[in-house]
Amino acid sequence: MKVLLSWLREFAPIEGDPYELADHMSDLGMAVEETRVLDPLNGVVVARVASLRPHPEADRIQLVDVEVEPNNPVQVCCGAFNMSEGDLIPFATIGTVMPDGMEIAQRKMRGEVSNGMCCSAAELNLGSDHDGIMILPQGLTVGAPLMDQIGLVGDVLWDLEINPNRPDAMSVAGVARDLAARLDVPFEIPDWSESVSEPLEGDLASINVEDGELCPRFTARVIRGVSVGESPLWMQMRLTLLGMRPINSVVDVSNYVMLELGTPNHTYDLSLVPNGHIGVRRATDGETILTLDGQERTLLSGDGLIVNEDSEPIGIAGVMGGATTEISASTEAVLLELASWESESIARTSQRLGLRSEASARFERGTDWKLNINAVQRFCYLLNEITPDGIELVGEVLDVHGALPENEAVSVRNSRMSLLLGRDFTSTEIRDLLVPIGFDVEATDSEDVQLVTVPSFRPDTETETDIAEEVARHYGYSSLGTTVPRSPDAGRLTAEQKTRRTIRQIMIGSGLVEAMPNPFLAPDDVSKAGLSVENPVQLLNPLAVEESVLRPSLLPGLLTSVGYNYSHRNRGVRLFETGAVFGASNDSTSSLPDEYEQLAALLSDSDAASAVGLLRELGDGLKVEFRLINTDDLPGLHPTRGARICIGEVEIGSVGEIDPVVLERYEIDDRCAWLDLRVDQIIQAAIADSDVPYEPVSTFPSSDVDLAFLVDEGVQASAIELTLRNAAGDELQDLQLFDVFRSDQIDQGSRSLAFSIRLQAKDRTLGEEEVGGIRQRCIEAVETSHKATLRS
Amino acid sequence: MSVYEQIAQARASAIGEIEQAGDMESLTALEPMLFGKKSTLGGLKRLMGEVDAADKADVGQALNQAQTDVRQAHATVKERFIAENRRAQLETERLDLTESLGGSNRGHLHLVTQTMERLEDVFVGMGFTVSEGPQAETDWYNFEALNLPAAHPARSMFDTLYLDLGERTEIGDGDGGEATNILLRTHTSPVQIRVMESNPPPIYTVCPGRVFRRDTADASHMPVFHQIEGLVIDHGISLTDLAGTLNEFTAAYFGGAIRSRLRPSYFPFTEPSAEFDITCVICEGEGCQTCQRTGWIELGGCGMVHPNVLSNCGIDSEEWTGFAFGFGIDRLALMRHGIKDLRDMYTNDVRFLEQF
Ligand SMILES: [Zn+2]
Repeated sequence: MKVLLSWLREFAPIEGDPYELADHMSDLGMAVEETRVLDPLNGVVVARVASLRPHPEADRIQLVDVEVEPNNPVQVCCGAFNMSEGDLIPFATIGTVMPDGMEIAQRKMRGEVSNGMCCSAAELNLGSDHDGIMILPQGLTVGAPLMDQIGLVGDVLWDLEINPNRPDAMSVAGVARDLAARLDVPFEIPDWSESVSEPLEGDLASINVEDGELCPRFTARVIRGVSVGESPLWMQMRLTLLGMRPINSVVDVSNYVMLELGTPNHTYDLSLVPNGHIGVRRATDGETILTLDGQERTLLSGDGLIVNEDSEPIGIAGVMGGATTEISASTEAVLLELASWESESIARTSQRLGLRSEASARFERGTDWKLNINAVQRFCYLLNEITPDGIELVGEVLDVHGALPENEAVSVRNSRMSLLLGRDFTSTEIRDLLVPIGFDVEATDSEDVQLVTVPSFRPDTETETDIAEEVARHYGYSSLGTTVPRSPDAGRLTAEQKTRRTIRQIMIGSGLVEAMPNPFLAPDDVSKAGLSVENPVQLLNPLAVEESVLRPSLLPGLLTSVGYNYSHRNRGVRLFETGAVFGASNDSTSSLPDEYEQLAALLSDSDAASAVGLLRELGDGLKVEFRLINTDDLPGLHPTRGARICIGEVEIGSVGEIDPVVLERYEIDDRCAWLDLRVDQIIQAAIADSDVPYEPVSTFPSSDVDLAFLVDEGVQASAIELTLRNAAGDELQDLQLFDVFRSDQIDQGSRSLAFSIRLQAKDRTLGEEEVGGIRQRCIEAVETSHKATLRS
Repeated sequence: MSVYEQIAQARASAIGEIEQAGDMESLTALEPMLFGKKSTLGGLKRLMGEVDAADKADVGQALNQAQTDVRQAHATVKERFIAENRRAQLETERLDLTESLGGSNRGHLHLVTQTMERLEDVFVGMGFTVSEGPQAETDWYNFEALNLPAAHPARSMFDTLYLDLGERTEIGDGDGGEATNILLRTHTSPVQIRVMESNPPPIYTVCPGRVFRRDTADASHMPVFHQIEGLVIDHGISLTDLAGTLNEFTAAYFGGAIRSRLRPSYFPFTEPSAEFDITCVICEGEGCQTCQRTGWIELGGCGMVHPNVLSNCGIDSEEWTGFAFGFGIDRLALMRHGIKDLRDMYTNDVRFLEQF
């Protein structure tokens, strides 16, 4: 909502520095997005177009003789062709500094002198039109300063952001009321009732409201003697500055009243409304109407309609009028409509049809039904003013309504105000804050309680808490002061949250960079990554089909990220992510899909061993023991380089390399290692194992035994390791696989695995014999339980 | 030759030999000739028997002095050789420390994670806990419990992405088993509802996390972004407590020069509601292009928790009051580092990620 200082001043004597006034409005909840003190446009004057001539050397510019002083034209080169001889235009004389900072100087264009500039509205910052020169109405004084002539000297334009709960502030009068209360100056809506001569006898229109819920009040008036033309410049300027395009005198007055009072209204050419009969009903499914903008609109049941006597639609209630009854140059009689509409219905209809207008924006918030008569009077007053011979009113104002809602009084406790707002408020203070903004405050028997009646223009305010906001708003949020409450408990992260941070630290400690790929996938992204997910969770209303699936795995996103980096010559990137993945739920007690947090790492230019190494780092850092089970054909993974990861018997993820076929699809021409884990499971295990009791370090010497076995390729190294661990018994201090060796000299289908075993007892030095015994036990255990033999 | 002359000669010859030794090896080879019984000075000790008793002390002293001198000379030369050898050895180990191959092997957390952790740390320091909840939510938790029933016009403030769960979409939620829509949470407020449902007040918690809106990506919007919200429910909590808490947070997070202020606003879940502004971090309040010359930047929304929201969570709004606030994490990161386009944060280009 934009407001103009001169317009506000028609309702309250508002004075002050434009920026201080802006601060007041922001502090009242009408956030000022821009304050514009209108440029005085020194040097820009009203000029008359004396003659127009072609430029001898150029087609795209013409020569204009402009009169600033009578009979003393100066030549100007101009690129616009919308002027005619005799037109009045804004003219920037030599030396003028334009709003954009450009200084007008005498110059030559293709050999012809130009002594100034004919200006468009946009060049003067007086509108958005920059295609043609601004044509001023006749009657202005040639040579006089433009801003003087159009009455905008020293005016200020503010652009306000109005919250949805403030229908009253969607009008110049409403903003003036709030600001006047803050500045402690009187506010008044003028009386326009006596402005036009007495209505003529007549009965030219009738109204039938079928649905009182849709339309609580319908007010109408017949006006004759209308001559449709241009509205006066001051009106056009105000409309333009507030963001509306001038159209014709009748429509401009209609819009002017809406901006001024917040009361959208509509005008019909009475001669196009058969018998002047207007009805209001809800649409039926599939009904159509041709709207003012020339589009055919299809309606649904529930949409509000204005209909003629044959029940044919002639307008969409509160959203847009129909084309059949539009005001035109030949209109002589007007039917003015001021209706109140059910805000939810207007919101639904305008949203569905994509027709958000100034009118619908106001109806959605809720308009003030009490203002209907004022608005009719204001409309007639203005139209009469600008019609040279005046207008004629015919018949009485038609006003159809049921029982209009009167707001009930709300009990407001001083004690509750003080508790909510953190400052003690007295009854007097509360009254002084509320009365200037139209609330009625009545004392009760209790000193703590008063009865507050909310005005009709504040439908948002219903409860004691709502009134607390009004008290705070007008007292000033920033004037209330500050206090800091203290939690009775210590602030902290949970063990889970700390562990999640540790996991990320381990990842970056291992050189990985955290990525955040898009969690939305295209339908074929899942199979592109080599995954097969039966029912990935779909979005019901995605923005695009490329973003219509909720990721079932972190793999597609990380592959895309690595692919992106490869295409930008960032090879060898090592990315990880922790984030939620989704799947269809089998849990009948919850309506939500399955959602759990995964940790995944994609290491480009790395083989499976790097991913296993990363897993080791993680296990070591969190004190969690991961078990690997080599598994062929894990989805998306290299068919012979993958393993499932278990904690105990619970499978929690996978590790390995990405299937080369998949990598090809992402144009990644290096091996990529992959690690994928359930975060909740790791965290659980890490927390469970975090309180390991201390084991005293043995003071006795240790002995090392190295054993190399020829092991069948079908046997996992981890299986041998486990056997050794069990066989070595209590004296085992450390066990490491330190060499893997394959060669022609070894039997086909097996490899050499060399382990180093460190033995140490807590209570004695292990003798040679005892060490030898353990060594033998280890060899026998491995040879008997696996396809393995000791290498001599 | 007198005995003294013999001693002097032996001393001079020994020292001469020492000084002629070229390296540690030849010095070591000399040692039997310098010390011990076989040495010339050692041999002179035998003369002691022939010396007059009266001279014995003097001769003995001369002999000792000569031996000390030889040892001294030997030690000096030996030390020199040790030092030279050490220097030669070290010279062979000389390194150019600027010849480092490869870059650093330290990874990087995403800027959003770093920002989120910093925010969590500030609030933990102020006595808050950190709460989490699901990203896929029911209509109840995301809207209805927050005083936003289905037909509420303010729902249009949230462009919501809904999930298609087939038949399951119609399964009831916890609220009387009515059919519900499942959606991607548009804010982390549903976490607040879950916290209030399952924990009796007092509550001091923040809810950081990922949120979703049906927004086309541009320089300042992403359909997926991150938020942190705060919730305090206690006896006697007021609007000034909200202002004070946000002030304390602002000073802790941005530094002392940056202040905060509240402006009236509207949210269905709070009453009174406010917009939470901070001093423009670019111009520190002087007025610049970023803050549209106001000196303030809008950071987020806040307000006193609406009584309907409290009663939806089974909390008596006459006994307990509270406040809530929320703001975007991504935008905070953008502001702090002067990033112009939000989309840059999500390309996952390592040349972006490694800068933080
Ligand atoms: Zn600034």
